[in-house]
Amino acid sequence: MNTSIDWLPAVFIGLMGLSFLVYAILDGYDLGVGVLLPKDSQQHRDKMIYSIGPFWDANETWLVLAVGLMLIAFPKAHSIVLQALYLPTALMLAGLILRGVSFDFRTKAPSKDKQKWDLTFKLGSLLATLCQGYMLGRYVTAFDTSLASYMFSMLSAVCVTAGYCFVGAAWLVMKTEGSLQKRSAQWALWSNRLMVLGILAVCIANLSIDPIIAEKWLGFPQVFVLAPLILLFVFIFSTVEFYLKKVPLEDDLGCWYPFASAIIVFTVCFGGLAYSFFPYIVPNQLTIYDAASSRESLLVIFWGAVVVLPTIIGYTIFAYKVFWGKTSKLNY
Amino acid sequence: MLATGELAQVASDSGFMLSRIQFAANISFHILFPTINIALCWILVFFKLRYNKTGDDAWIRVYRFWVRIFALTFAIGVVSGITMSFQFGTNWPGYMETVGNIAGPLLGYEVMTAFFLEASFLAIMLFGMERVSNRVHTFATLLVAVGTSLSAFWILALDSWMQTPAGFEMIDGVAHVTSWFEVIFNPSMPYRLAHMVLASGLTAAFLIAGISAYRLLKGDQKRSVKYALNFSVVLAALLIPLQIFVGDLHGLNTFKHQPAKVAAMEGVWQTERGAPLLLFAVPDEEARTNHFEVKVPYLASLILTHDIDGEITGLDEFKGEHPPVAPVFYSFRVMVGIGMLMLLFSWLASYHFSFKKRYPNWLLKSAVVMTFSGWIATLAGWYVTEIGRQPYLVTGVLNTRDAATTIAPENIAFSLTMYLVIYGFLLVAYIRTLFVMANRAVHLEEHNPKVLDEQNHLPVEQGAQS
Repeated sequence: MNTSIDWLPAVFIGLMGLSFLVYAILDGYDLGVGVLLPKDSQQHRDKMIYSIGPFWDANETWLVLAVGLMLIAFPKAHSIVLQALYLPTALMLAGLILRGVSFDFRTKAPSKDKQKWDLTFKLGSLLATLCQGYMLGRYVTAFDTSLASYMFSMLSAVCVTAGYCFVGAAWLVMKTEGSLQKRSAQWALWSNRLMVLGILAVCIANLSIDPIIAEKWLGFPQVFVLAPLILLFVFIFSTVEFYLKKVPLEDDLGCWYPFASAIIVFTVCFGGLAYSFFPYIVPNQLTIYDAASSRESLLVIFWGAVVVLPTIIGYTIFAYKVFWGKTSKLNY
Repeated sequence: MLATGELAQVASDSGFMLSRIQFAANISFHILFPTINIALCWILVFFKLRYNKTGDDAWIRVYRFWVRIFALTFAIGVVSGITMSFQFGTNWPGYMETVGNIAGPLLGYEVMTAFFLEASFLAIMLFGMERVSNRVHTFATLLVAVGTSLSAFWILALDSWMQTPAGFEMIDGVAHVTSWFEVIFNPSMPYRLAHMVLASGLTAAFLIAGISAYRLLKGDQKRSVKYALNFSVVLAALLIPLQIFVGDLHGLNTFKHQPAKVAAMEGVWQTERGAPLLLFAVPDEEARTNHFEVKVPYLASLILTHDIDGEITGLDEFKGEHPPVAPVFYSFRVMVGIGMLMLLFSWLASYHFSFKKRYPNWLLKSAVVMTFSGWIATLAGWYVTEIGRQPYLVTGVLNTRDAATTIAPENIAFSLTMYLVIYGFLLVAYIRTLFVMANRAVHLEEHNPKVLDEQNHLPVEQGAQS
């Protein structure tokens, strides 16, 4: 094995982590919108689904990339993690399948079935988000089989769903207007609070379960990084709360603010998790260096990624520019 | 002690079988959709270019009807495909552990070069007509077509490598690449790719023919329907002889590299010269012979060796190493049989189109019956090739058995049941929706193409954005 290129596992865990983060933000908002679909207004439902229509497919591709990178770069980790999470993974896939197809069926099936497909869309989204949160909980507790660990995973399921609802509602605040925008601000308000509780719970659990992780955060001098992060969070949460109560402002001033803050919160939380676990890819079991595939194969994908990823980011930005601004009806 | 050992064996056997059934179900369901879309997307490019060139509204209406079916097909293809990338690790951990250095980069390049391209430009292709220029929209359609084809290219490179591995060496039980060129362009790859792309063309052509014929039978006399029908009939008539030719080359290639598979396809138990072609038979693996043979003397040897007295190696030379005979044997006959029907139909229909300028009703009805004939032929073809590779996952390198998971069989039984229910439900919903869309289109007036809400029975909301 060529040790001079042993930076490759670190690069790939970085790429994989980035893909998971981009996935959580992007598919996060469209899953959140799906979970929030209301029963009482067909008009609101249509508008909400139009707002994610041009994007959900590409958003979901980040999951394929993230899991694909894990499969390619860390095959041992892929099989340990996914075998440990076999059932929630299968259920999540069922959720993603049902959601992905309802989006198309709802406009093409007989009109009388439309409401049923909307409900399928909502339940599919909910199932997928709950499973993802549960899987995160299982992962964070290193697949521990104690009752406490399962309870924690259930809590994590609810909180991740709240996080997705927040980013989804924030997306709608940005993309819609009128009664739906006000409604979205309400959704964002309560999911924001629930998400804060969730983040606190995960932090406390994480620090109390694992002394190594506690040392990583609370030891000296790392603890000084923690303080400004807490201040940042307090600032974001209070200003978002303040803003959402005022929606809509004149000329829709700052309608992007809740969404931008969601991105920051997701990024910081994700970075925190990554910092806690590095260099382990399966907590306490397997490091990225032990799990990595042959460096030669990684190098082959690495050069591909160097060329292709900027291209992907380029045309993703193009696609978002094409559908920029407030949502209007989608026409074929 | 022995009892526990045996129990564990039984559990791992049933887990193995369940994993196989699950993977077979996933892949059979998934392939139905790319099979349509690889070619349908190029057909859409063609429709769009015809419109750009002639300015004839009917072409853009054909485009818009079929782009909606493309979108629906694409969505089901995407979500059923995601399932498979998860299963490599969960159900077949030995696969990536042994050949991950080869499979990994190929799958990685598929995601990076194809998936994002398709998914990003699909949105512009579907919803962008009013937001981008006509030229950018045509270009987006073209990029989606390129994406679907790239996707097919990478997947078929990997699948072909599993059939006829090349360009690698084994070090401590793990495959390492010696030549990426040989890995990608392995001996069976060009044939398999051509065979699959043509299969997609035929599947899409028969789908378009079937749905268009259905609309005509329902009294839909619009020009756009006739354009679609004429186009698909001629396309099928051109592609089917090409497919028979490529299929023959593919068979010769298999005969050279995977003789056990060909022996199973032909039902040849003992090595023989001047082997007959079996039109029908019931292979019996226990007795290692066929019953009820209906045969044409010498023809199998003639087809495979281009020599009336050519030698075909029999299954007995591969005892324990050859695939289960009956499924390969029957699937092959289903595939060829449907190919013959396709030839007959498309040539008859082309004749009526070219010389009579109209289609008789019985022909239109046959088109409706054959709407999904491409699916059946493609599935049968894949069964021949994939079951035909058994007992190996990677020919001569990795036994399927050795790649299997240790997950509790109950869990696999659960996920399998769940997938089967979802797939059954979606298949019915998909087929039903195609005909609902066709029916709905029958009753729509011809619209000015600028009015884009046709076929879209949604409450029309005026978006605030101009």
